[in-house]
Amino acid sequence: MTTTSVEATGRASGGAAGVSPAAPGRNGRRGLPGTARHWTAIGFAAPLLAYLAVFYAYPLWRNIELSVHDYTVRAFVQGDPAFAGFEKYAEVFASDAFPAALVNTAVFTLVSIAFQYAIGLALAVFFHANFRLSGVLRALFLVPWLLPLIVSSSTWAWMLNSDNGIVNSVIEAFGGSQINWLTSPDTALTAVIIANIWLGVPFNLVILHAGLQQIPDELYEAASLDGATARQRFWRITFPLLRPVSAITLLLGFIYTLKVVDVIWIMTTGGPGDASLTLAVWSYREAFGTGQPDFSPAAAIGNLLIVIALVFGFVHLRMQRDWEKS
Amino acid sequence: MKDNRPLARSAAAGLAATALALAAACSSGDDGADADTYTWWDPYPQHDENSAWAERVDACGEEAGVTIERTASDTTDLTNQALLAAQEGTSPDIILLDNPAVSTLADTGMLTTVDELGLDVGGVDENLLAAGVVDDQTYGIPIGANTLAIYYNAEVLDAAGVDPASITDWETLTAALAQVTDNGDKGMTFAAIGTEEGSFQFLPWFWGAGADLRELDSPEAVAALELWTGWLESGYAPNSVLTNSQNTTWEEFLTGEFGFALNGTWQVNSAAEAGFETGVIQIPARNGGIAPAPTGGEFIIAPVQSDAERYDVTRQIVECMTTPEGFVETAETFAYYVPPTAEGQEALLEARPELEPWVTAVREAKGRTSDNLGTDYPKISEAMWTAVQNALSGSATPAEALGQAQADAEAAIG
Repeated sequence: MTTTSVEATGRASGGAAGVSPAAPGRNGRRGLPGTARHWTAIGFAAPLLAYLAVFYAYPLWRNIELSVHDYTVRAFVQGDPAFAGFEKYAEVFASDAFPAALVNTAVFTLVSIAFQYAIGLALAVFFHANFRLSGVLRALFLVPWLLPLIVSSSTWAWMLNSDNGIVNSVIEAFGGSQINWLTSPDTALTAVIIANIWLGVPFNLVILHAGLQQIPDELYEAASLDGATARQRFWRITFPLLRPVSAITLLLGFIYTLKVVDVIWIMTTGGPGDASLTLAVWSYREAFGTGQPDFSPAAAIGNLLIVIALVFGFVHLRMQRDWEKS
Repeated sequence: MKDNRPLARSAAAGLAATALALAAACSSGDDGADADTYTWWDPYPQHDENSAWAERVDACGEEAGVTIERTASDTTDLTNQALLAAQEGTSPDIILLDNPAVSTLADTGMLTTVDELGLDVGGVDENLLAAGVVDDQTYGIPIGANTLAIYYNAEVLDAAGVDPASITDWETLTAALAQVTDNGDKGMTFAAIGTEEGSFQFLPWFWGAGADLRELDSPEAVAALELWTGWLESGYAPNSVLTNSQNTTWEEFLTGEFGFALNGTWQVNSAAEAGFETGVIQIPARNGGIAPAPTGGEFIIAPVQSDAERYDVTRQIVECMTTPEGFVETAETFAYYVPPTAEGQEALLEARPELEPWVTAVREAKGRTSDNLGTDYPKISEAMWTAVQNALSGSATPAEALGQAQADAEAAIG
């Protein structure tokens, strides 16, 4: 609101100055003393700076502060935590849950985005053909995106229920035996990955479909004149030209998947035991999952996730720069 | 100069917006300043401002000559909110809080004791009050209690030829489950989910075997966990108990396919409305007798205020909620709350004699943070529910899982 009104007044005064033949405004503005212009600039930038400080810098700083102190519940209320340095990080790294959570996070993230991307791309190419009803069908594929996560996760949990789930009844109808999807340590991670892939396909579909619209049709026409097969058209035209879009889709997918808590928490709470525990779920569990909030290790794990996401962000920037050069 | 003014004005507008944003971000609540308004938090969002419960709260405020401003949120949220408010010095005057969280908050020094407030807790059952006692100081009064017992489906039991009265120990219970399962129905459902609810449901068996929370790997504890794993292996309980919350458990029971369900006082009304005849038996201890079940239910607590003059009115409000009539009224409002005093229990039984098994269960029940476990309980509980999960899912034997749990609990307590 403020931004628009500020813009409006600014534009109005500029317009008045332009119309007026004497243009005293323009001269006046040029004649403004340096400090005044300086303050004006600060005034304009202040809302944004304040927003960044309150909603980005402070939480980040607070998270770091939490992780380097020993915040017991008592210390949290009384505000007198002992400085712990990297002790909490050391505890996290030394914990039995750490290797399990790290491997689970890697498997969960990589397998999820690999399938989400592959399925999303296949569907995007399919719908690019623009046949009848393709719009309606494409819209239907967006449903997972529109549902509240608690709804879709609970539904998946019901479908994968060991005794009454529809998935097991189908398997049993075809002569298979009951699979304890969510309750066996061997399959719990697979189960949450399946649900997460389903949730992530629409995002990939939308972005990649938009990317396909950018590829000029002439290229395909020329290729078909040259007798290229459908397979060649995909690997020689679509896939290479889609590379920048693919890269950003994969990066965003990676960061989203890295921090997934809700799906896993609702379906398995990271269990049984630590079988489907990822770093993000572990962080949530430490802070809010028990009756005894452990904010410091939770913040340490959170910071670790931020670092991992940042590293991949920089890798992406680097790759993008290399492509632009070549 | 003409042009200068709008510019200055826009700059000022920008700064004003900043100030507003900052003010909005910081003014999380400087309530409690008004001498005639008392703030009240409770974990009953299902009771809105027009409910009987809200009217009761208002009435207690009126009696003390003040207005009560009530805010409801769910249990976990409430604990976190209370901690944040205490940190910012904006605690409400009164909180109704789930009993195992009381010792955690008391440990932070944010709660007044009943002595400081001048409350009399002489009539309250000791086993129920224990959850609010830390180092011989009492930090609140239970406003009611609930606990666990075993509901049964009379039709399923009749069909299998099981007499519920014959269930007096673990052996007879397992035999009854076998009979029900052999008859083609499902045995028993319970909640072994990896949260506090899982520990809550495991405790009657754990305590019923004679185990102690300070020693998770004792032979008695292993026996309790082996009882559960045995039921799963024999098919007397479904595999889904691993992810069942108490609500899911109840939904499973309501399908009518199960002979038994472990659940709480809060399902009394729902059980009466079920499509089949239900009954309740006490949870048996390993070798007979009633196993101590954990107490559930909220405490009424008063956080420390910077203005000590507020305590007098706070005391009046708490007293209004904890008279024998007040307890019965609370019990009726919630339909599942057993009063924590003998007087209140008698009054409730007069009005609703069918609650008798639940009053008995509550008298036998035991606070989770009792035995001076206090703030150690949540850490022990986490280790315990993890062990239950590991053993039931087959990733460890009961003995291995509990051995690991004991090591984890010791490490966490330090």
